[in-house]
Amino acid sequence: MLKGKVHKYGANVDTDAIIPARYLNVSDPAELAKHCMEDIDKDFINRVKPGDIIMATTNFGCGSSREHAPLAIKASDISCVIAKSFARIFFRNAINIGLPLLECSDAVDQTKAGDILEIDLVGGKIKNLSNGLTFTAKPYPEFMSQLISAGGLIEYTKERLVKGRV
Amino acid sequence: MTLAEKILAAHTNKKRVTPGEFINVKADMVLSNDITAPIAIKEFRRIGVAKVFDPAKIVMVADHFVPNKDIASAEQVKLMRDFASEQGIIYFDVGRMGIEHALLPEQGLVLPGDVVVGADSHTCTYGALGAFATGMGSTDIAAAMATGDIWMKVPPTIKFVYRGKLGKWVEGKDLILYTIGQIGVDGALYSAMEFTGEAINALPMDGRFTMSNMAIEAGAKAGLFHVDDKTLLYIKSRAKRQHTIYELDADAEYAQLIEYDVSRLEPQVSLPHSPANARPVSQLKNMEIDQAVIGSCTNGRLRDLQVAAQVLKGKKVHPRVRCIIIPATQQVYLDALREGLIETFVTAGAVVSTPTCGPCLGGYMGILAAGERSISTTNRNFVGRMGSTKSEVYLSNPAVAAASAITGKISSPEEVKS
Repeated sequence: MLKGKVHKYGANVDTDAIIPARYLNVSDPAELAKHCMEDIDKDFINRVKPGDIIMATTNFGCGSSREHAPLAIKASDISCVIAKSFARIFFRNAINIGLPLLECSDAVDQTKAGDILEIDLVGGKIKNLSNGLTFTAKPYPEFMSQLISAGGLIEYTKERLVKGRV
Repeated sequence: MTLAEKILAAHTNKKRVTPGEFINVKADMVLSNDITAPIAIKEFRRIGVAKVFDPAKIVMVADHFVPNKDIASAEQVKLMRDFASEQGIIYFDVGRMGIEHALLPEQGLVLPGDVVVGADSHTCTYGALGAFATGMGSTDIAAAMATGDIWMKVPPTIKFVYRGKLGKWVEGKDLILYTIGQIGVDGALYSAMEFTGEAINALPMDGRFTMSNMAIEAGAKAGLFHVDDKTLLYIKSRAKRQHTIYELDADAEYAQLIEYDVSRLEPQVSLPHSPANARPVSQLKNMEIDQAVIGSCTNGRLRDLQVAAQVLKGKKVHPRVRCIIIPATQQVYLDALREGLIETFVTAGAVVSTPTCGPCLGGYMGILAAGERSISTTNRNFVGRMGSTKSEVYLSNPAVAAASAITGKISSPEEVKS
């Protein structure tokens, strides 16, 4: 069970906003986390607490393919990102590295910045402890669930290689 | 099946694929660069295989921060260079490199019918050749380097039809900016875009690369063109291996059909801070600029420089403006030199850089201060993309960027040329 405070953003949060390219001369997640969300929310790194949740409307993570974006979010100890929709490369990257994402329009519409959410990732259950409402996120397709339960793409690939399924 | 579906099906062990289906796809080329390769290499080591699946199908290009701008980026390139040498993969370093998405087609490393995956969002550029090419992350590329295949969800296809002949100074860039302006930055999310119609048939290869390049700016997974005489002529002297041309089936099913009459389309300019904020250039009045950038994987090819030179010939860059011109590859640089374009640029008061992604992503070589404004032939104008979060980037084609460099404000080429 995850629990944390919501940091809320709008539509089309791009990966340059999540981690500006001027910091891409390194790839250490802890170093990247120092600049997470810097260009749209300077104070994010001071406010964020372990377990907190990023919430946004549509097309979160659009733009560049930089895996540094989900890495920076994960290393900021964000437990989950909830949005109405995600840009496709960001979605792949997050699943591959084990940053939980949930798609749930209702939850986004009925949650304010600063609300506290409790999340059960297995059933995609989201409970807003600040207003008592509960939501169910869109379920993952079966293949994605396999990838997640394997522990991400690298572990999944190791399993495939061991089983000779390549 | 659509063109995208035909290519994907041919790279699986299935006869048919349908949108929404999860498949494992064999890759003909696996790409990464100096920003994304270091993470891919680290993740590749975690998989625990000693060798990549096929060194002839893996390419790494040092292009984002090279020639290296600082110690940290030099360390990143060194890591990539050492890996490339250890694995015997295809590798391009300073002196031979170019911006990856201009370089790979130019070198004949990507061909019609290929599946290309790259740890760079603009990998979709190769759709111009009738390939299925898509950007993904470093971990994806690590897995693909180990196994030669990668998971994908089959995208639905949106067919775009562009009717009419393009006017003077109107290019592929204007078609794609206009399209993104119409459908929005998530208008083709998770989809393949297929570009067709009279204006597309007449479009030169360089303009097609520009359009496929920016498919990602509409959220698309790929942006494809059908192979025609122009494609075949382009690959004729470049291809060093066999390729396959796929045609769509008569019963191909599209998620959407979108038609535009582009015969009266003006050059487009996308205002900050979204590529979807496209406007006809004539609507922008007295918009003063501090910088003009002509280059990038979007518009740094020979034709782009020829058009820019046509506008700048015999003129001077406005005293307030820094005009930065970046040939996308060493070959483009050499061709521009031989054609006298470089002399035109330098005489006009522009600076000509070695190939690099540089300012496009705010790396170096043209960073903006707070309050500054740049017109740019690049692909993104997000907040802080080219420097300060208080700077502004306006996206355009090379003719508009060159004309604006001369007048010092965003201008149509008509204002400086008749």
